[in-house]
Amino acid sequence: MKRALLAFPLALPLALLLAGGAAAEPPQSGFALMAPETQAMQRDDTANPGMLWVQEGEALWAQSGCTGCHGDAPGSMRGAASRYPAWDATRQAPIDLAGRIEQCRVDRQGAAPLEREGEPLLALSAYVAHQSRGLPIDPPEDPRLAPARALGEALFRERRGQLDLSCAQCHDDNAGRRLGGSPIPQGHPTGYPLYRLEWQGLGSLQRRLRNCMAGVRSEPYAYGAPEYVAIEAFLMVRARGLALETPAVRP
Amino acid sequence: MPLARWCILLLLACCPGLAAAEGMASLTGVPGDAARGRAIVVTRQRGLCLLCHSGPFPEERFQGDLAPSLAGAGSRLTEAGLRLRLVDGKRLNPATIMPSYYRTEGLVRVGPAWQGKTVLTAEEIEDVVAFLLTLRD
Ligand code: HEC
Ligand code: HEC
Ligand code: HEC
Repeated sequence: MKRALLAFPLALPLALLLAGGAAAEPPQSGFALMAPETQAMQRDDTANPGMLWVQEGEALWAQSGCTGCHGDAPGSMRGAASRYPAWDATRQAPIDLAGRIEQCRVDRQGAAPLEREGEPLLALSAYVAHQSRGLPIDPPEDPRLAPARALGEALFRERRGQLDLSCAQCHDDNAGRRLGGSPIPQGHPTGYPLYRLEWQGLGSLQRRLRNCMAGVRSEPYAYGAPEYVAIEAFLMVRARGLALETPAVRP
Repeated sequence: MPLARWCILLLLACCPGLAAAEGMASLTGVPGDAARGRAIVVTRQRGLCLLCHSGPFPEERFQGDLAPSLAGAGSRLTEAGLRLRLVDGKRLNPATIMPSYYRTEGLVRVGPAWQGKTVLTAEEIEDVVAFLLTLRD
């Protein structure tokens, strides 16, 4: 096969055309492309800086009265993160995990809203999502989420910004290649909130998406915008079956 | 799957006349400065070229592999063809990931800092073209 291709380079596009209908490769976490040191940092809970936020979140869970309704998180919250964004019957809209936590705090407990990218909400989100570490992403079979997923996919494929690039052009078409010094991951939301070395801190998926949008010189949406929830709803379907890693570490 | 890319590369490889036939006249009427052009190409935040391309730039540790090497670009393409590739490569290949360096229309949600601005100025494009023409092998 190899020799035939070398002898007849013209056969290559034909072979690719014929292979075009084959199933896509299985999805791969961005973890696989990281340097061994960064992988080791994520694997070892005593070295993973994200675990500080998880511990902070555990304390907040107790202090904020979450236990009163939910009991201990390792029991009640196991698997929750693998099913978000979910449908929120109250608002008749999809809601992400941080949005659900805020809903409990504000609507059920009468607490003052937290800043979307502030430390307390990141810590609570990390603690809740950490209860699903190792579980496969399992988006709900809920037809009410279909419009959001379709919108998310359209946004993923839309070219944007001064550089006129779509998410898909990097994360589908060029995944595994190098953009300058950085390998391009497939762009799966497996580890959020996660510790990014470049941020020197924990950040949400929305912060990551804003970075990618700014990278193509486009205007990110405001934190909490429905567009992010739609993109996440699509990304979670795209990443179906991958194990959650929260808190992941990324370069 | 970069199928479209392979086809275009193949097309360009088989029929160099295709790309050479299309081109664009100087944007300024003044020859560019190759030394300034080189500086633009290697400065990541200005040219962005090495995010995708590699090339004969030994001082640059991080080069991309999303695009062919720039080595020899000056012998593969004409001056007019290089200019068109930079100004708006989408006229050669609508699916290309290479940004159009001198175009402001037809873009979506451009950040406020970049609205109405081209990636490079006309002078900068001419400088880069002058530099690329020196890449003979
Ligand atoms: C007054 C009771 C109450 C309190 C206090 C409360 N929650 Fe909830 N929480 C609920 C109910 C009820 C639901 C189910 C909502 C639904 O499915 O529509 C829920 C759902 C959730 C979910 C989604 C779980 C899943 O499997 O989808 C998360 C996450 C959550 N709460 C986090 C928190 C956190 C964090 C706190 C503390 C800051 C908290 N909750 C405090 C009642 C409460
Ligand atoms: C120009 C190429 C490019 C474009 C366009 C782009 N990204 Fe990214 N994206 C990257 C790179 C490179 C990284 C990894 C950066 C790093 O870890 O240093 C990344 C990381 C990510 C991650 C994190 C993956 C992980 O393992 O945590 C997600 C999710 C993501 N991108 C989604 C998107 C979405 C959604 C869009 C469109 C709005 C987008 N990206 C546009 C290059 C791109
Ligand atoms: C986002 C990625 C990207 C960036 C940034 C980029 N290019 Fe390209 N470029 C490509 C790709 C991919 C091709 C292959 C042809 C195609 O896609 O149509 C290409 C093709 C070319 C070609 C034709 C190559 C040949 O040998 O036929 C030249 C010349 C070129 N680019 C120069 C540049 C210069 C100079 C810059 C910076 C000012 C630049 N490119 C920035 C992706 C990029």
